[in-house]
Amino acid sequence: MKKLIYLDNAATTRTAPEVAQAMLPYFSEIYGNPSSIYSIAGESRKAVDQARETIAEALGAQPEEIYFTAGGTESDNWALKATAEFYRKKGNHIITTKIEHHAVLHSCQWLEKQGFEVTYLNVDENGVVRLEELKKAIRPTTILISVMYANNEIGTIQPIREIGEIAREHGILFHTDAVQAFGQLPIRVDDCHIDMLSASGHKLNGPKGIGFLYIRKGVKIRSFIHGGAQERKRRAGTENVPGIVGLGKAVERAVRTMEERTQKERELRDYLIERVQREIPYSRLNGHRTLRLPNNANFSFQFIEGESLLIMLDMEGICGSSGSACTSGSLDPSHVLLAIGLPHEIAHGSLRLTLNEEITKEDLDFVIDTLKKIVERLRGMSPLYEDFVKKAQHGN
Amino acid sequence: MYSEKVMDHFQNPRNVGEIENASGVGTVGNAKCGDIMRMYLDIDDNGVIRDCKFKTFGCGAAVATSSMATELVKGKTVQEALQVTNKAVMEALDGLPPVKVHCSLLAEEAIHAALWDYAEKHGLKIEGLQKPKSDIHEGEEEEEEEY
Repeated sequence: MKKLIYLDNAATTRTAPEVAQAMLPYFSEIYGNPSSIYSIAGESRKAVDQARETIAEALGAQPEEIYFTAGGTESDNWALKATAEFYRKKGNHIITTKIEHHAVLHSCQWLEKQGFEVTYLNVDENGVVRLEELKKAIRPTTILISVMYANNEIGTIQPIREIGEIAREHGILFHTDAVQAFGQLPIRVDDCHIDMLSASGHKLNGPKGIGFLYIRKGVKIRSFIHGGAQERKRRAGTENVPGIVGLGKAVERAVRTMEERTQKERELRDYLIERVQREIPYSRLNGHRTLRLPNNANFSFQFIEGESLLIMLDMEGICGSSGSACTSGSLDPSHVLLAIGLPHEIAHGSLRLTLNEEITKEDLDFVIDTLKKIVERLRGMSPLYEDFVKKAQHGN
Repeated sequence: MYSEKVMDHFQNPRNVGEIENASGVGTVGNAKCGDIMRMYLDIDDNGVIRDCKFKTFGCGAAVATSSMATELVKGKTVQEALQVTNKAVMEALDGLPPVKVHCSLLAEEAIHAALWDYAEKHGLKIEGLQKPKSDIHEGEEEEEEEY
């Protein structure tokens, strides 16, 4: 069997063996409900508290500001919808960006149907929010600014601290979707004036189905899931104890390995980007050259389509993803690639490769060599490339 | 998500390429939706399709339907080729996922566009053939960008 080269770590990651190991006792041995009073339940409670402390410490927050959820999507939905509901008396305007994850965008669209007004900020050609445009968008009725920490497709990191300062100056709540950034970048909620932050376990070698929402003390948002008194009465439902333990372990591990891991990934990412740009003609890097997640590379290859590229890479054991329409289930290519100004046909020909710490330079050499052959092959059968070559031959 | 036949035609597409001085060429689809097919036909004096080649920009299903369409029209008369519908292409490929059915429609349109071009060039009227609607050169709006 061919070696599998997994370069889709922005989609999900492998649960680290030490994380899975840490979770195991909480299925069949320490299975008590944390709300119960006997001793095995106390063990569960302790494990949940410990995970909460680990996560709070990673963010420079207090444990009671961490609320466990079923993942990033729930956290985003909760942050937006519950804030909107509570602060409606103050105003009905929300500011976000055109390149958010659908968990934020579709929540905003839903809120618009409920009578809220939403400004979707443009980004520049690298995918960075323009601070001037943000300032101009603020109204007396603005109650919330929601800007992602780093983009999931093109990896661009936003000027979160500056955005937080602007929000603070105007007395507006600031939420950030840090699902991609948490575990890859050091985040301090106080330094960046973050009031709410969403994160997910499976993006940082933790389990799927668990995440959290950081809610700054004093922010008044209501319960989203009604029921028992769990999570300070703000998020009902018996705790996903194994998931929480796994998330805690994954965060501890991510913090411990961050410096060395991301340093290595940055070097390999830059190697990948340089070789692709140098060796594959009519290719471009999407997203900011330096202000980008350590593990993210996103390219467009002119004249070819992304799904074809992915299938051919898969046949060689390489897993990537694309912003092509065919992979999104709609007829439009990625909203992020369109927002940075790419024409449709170039957005269709995009490829996202996201590394992990196990990827080696040799792996990338194989990926690049394979990619070169596939791009050439697909161009050989592309009518767009045929037209381009003919035009060039006629000295156009 | 694709049948074995689709994967086979994607991995080993039949009749990729161009025909110089083709009897008819048709290009359909648009870059906006991410699918463009170009079909070349070489038709002899008796109206028989001697050769057929294609080039496609698009997903796995787009490549496979183009490839299958060229196989289905080769050796057929113009009238017979007109009967090669998107359904026929899909059946020959053992089906397509629902979101990819439009690719087979594009293959049918590509055949029609190439036949239309053949008819126009030769001053013929082909019974039952209508002017293809999604010819790419009519709605060319995107500018070429280079990097």
